[in-house]
Amino acid sequence: MNATVAGLTWHSLVGRRRAVLLFVLPAVLLALALLVRLVSGQSAGAAADLLGSFSLGFLIPLLCLIAGTGAIGPEIDDGSIVYLLAKPLNRYVIAVSKWVVALGVIVIFGVLPTLAAGFIMAGSDSNLATGYAAGALLAGIAYATVFLLLAVLTRNAVVIGLLYALVWEAAIGGYVPGAQALSIQQWALAVTQKMVGDQASGLGIESAVGLGAGVTLLVVVTVAGLAYTGYRLRSIRINGDE
Amino acid sequence: MSSDSGAGSGVIHDIGFRHYEGPRLGRGYLIRSLYADSLRGCYGLGRSTKSKIMPFLLLLVMTAPAVIMAVVAGVLGLDELPLDYVSYIFALSSAITIFLAAQAPATVSRDLRFRTMPLYLSRPLTRNDYVLAKYGAMSTALFILIAVPQTALFIGALLAKMEFWPNAKGWAAGLLGAFLLSLVLSGIGLLIASITPRRGFGVAAVITVLLLLTLVSGVLSALSYENDQAALSAYFALLNPVSLVQGVLVWTVNAESTYPEPPPGTLGGLVFTAVMLLVIAGSYALLAARYRKVSAS
Repeated sequence: MNATVAGLTWHSLVGRRRAVLLFVLPAVLLALALLVRLVSGQSAGAAADLLGSFSLGFLIPLLCLIAGTGAIGPEIDDGSIVYLLAKPLNRYVIAVSKWVVALGVIVIFGVLPTLAAGFIMAGSDSNLATGYAAGALLAGIAYATVFLLLAVLTRNAVVIGLLYALVWEAAIGGYVPGAQALSIQQWALAVTQKMVGDQASGLGIESAVGLGAGVTLLVVVTVAGLAYTGYRLRSIRINGDE
Repeated sequence: MSSDSGAGSGVIHDIGFRHYEGPRLGRGYLIRSLYADSLRGCYGLGRSTKSKIMPFLLLLVMTAPAVIMAVVAGVLGLDELPLDYVSYIFALSSAITIFLAAQAPATVSRDLRFRTMPLYLSRPLTRNDYVLAKYGAMSTALFILIAVPQTALFIGALLAKMEFWPNAKGWAAGLLGAFLLSLVLSGIGLLIASITPRRGFGVAAVITVLLLLTLVSGVLSALSYENDQAALSAYFALLNPVSLVQGVLVWTVNAESTYPEPPPGTLGGLVFTAVMLLVIAGSYALLAARYRKVSAS
């Protein structure tokens, strides 16, 4: 973890126009949560629906895609990564610093708004808010790692990440149950399901994987992804734009 | 050197290069070239192999189910296709959205990022012509993406000896849907993409905006439906560009709706059509306004 690298990454993520998107997404979530609360009152069912589809299904993957690829992608794109790599810094330290900043962005703009939206809609009813926030945090950690790695591996990181999050997890996962076993969203949902407890199935919170498998896979993906990102940074090839 | 030519008599010296005496092809030719080049660029033609992968993969994703459906219908001897033409478009709308998100920034961001705009604008091409060519190219690319599987369905239906006229009508409706959807989506996509010179961020921005609109419209629609406001619920479909076009098609060609509620009656149909035209004209006008501010130097 290197403070200077982290600071530079933070500025490149939050200091530019892309920050608008970062603010708009949680703002819309909170606005919808307020509206649901005003129209249907305190309701665990509505909260589970909105948090499941909007927060865990859309906000977290998209935010991780923006933060994870944005932490390193633009630098690789315009070639300025060489100035960073030329410094006497361990490449693993660079990878971890960027990952920590991406995670910070995800917590501020994704996890905390999820928690707040949960409390707005369901109060402290059946751990919904904390359950979904925990799920969002775990999913965020894994997504951020995967998307950071993708950004190091390929220039098409954003499109490939979108294909994974939208086509694999949402569309194919909807028709082919087996595809759900390889879905970060489902792994994190296992934790949410456990935290919500007995009411989970009544609220439609059902993960395709068990708790043990989910947590194990999340940890494996995160550690392995981060290690491989650092490893790839040791010998990265800088191409010109096509 | 030849400094004896006297003060104030600035000339461009003729140092013997051959002059160009061929025809000057003018604005129309420039627009057509830019259009053709951008359209080819949307499918990665004339660019590296890597940039061909994504568009053709998505074209495959769009077309494969149509071919499979046509073959299945032919083998089983069905009387009609398992999914009608217009529904097919909306069943695969996420692939269309991803294509737009991937290719709209590639179409406009590069010119902003590498400062190619001044080179275009130093020609007789006006800013408006540039917008026209790019908008046209992006819509044509999307139209091809949607129309190819429609045509595959139609040919498959004819080979399976289904009735000609119902299928021809369905195919025409599908092409109308392709036309409207490609105009609406490419306007929105290019407008968002033209704001940022960074391709990666442009991709994320386009998809985020479209998904956000889809989700917000879905949540609001479901919420008002549960509270017995069916008409209001139908009008929230206006927020989502895809279901907006679907609403227009439900009204004009009696398409089936996958969205909760079709727009209510003639008034609803007129409102949807008016909003759709407004979206197309508005995104074109905003794009033109955006390019009026692009520096020419």
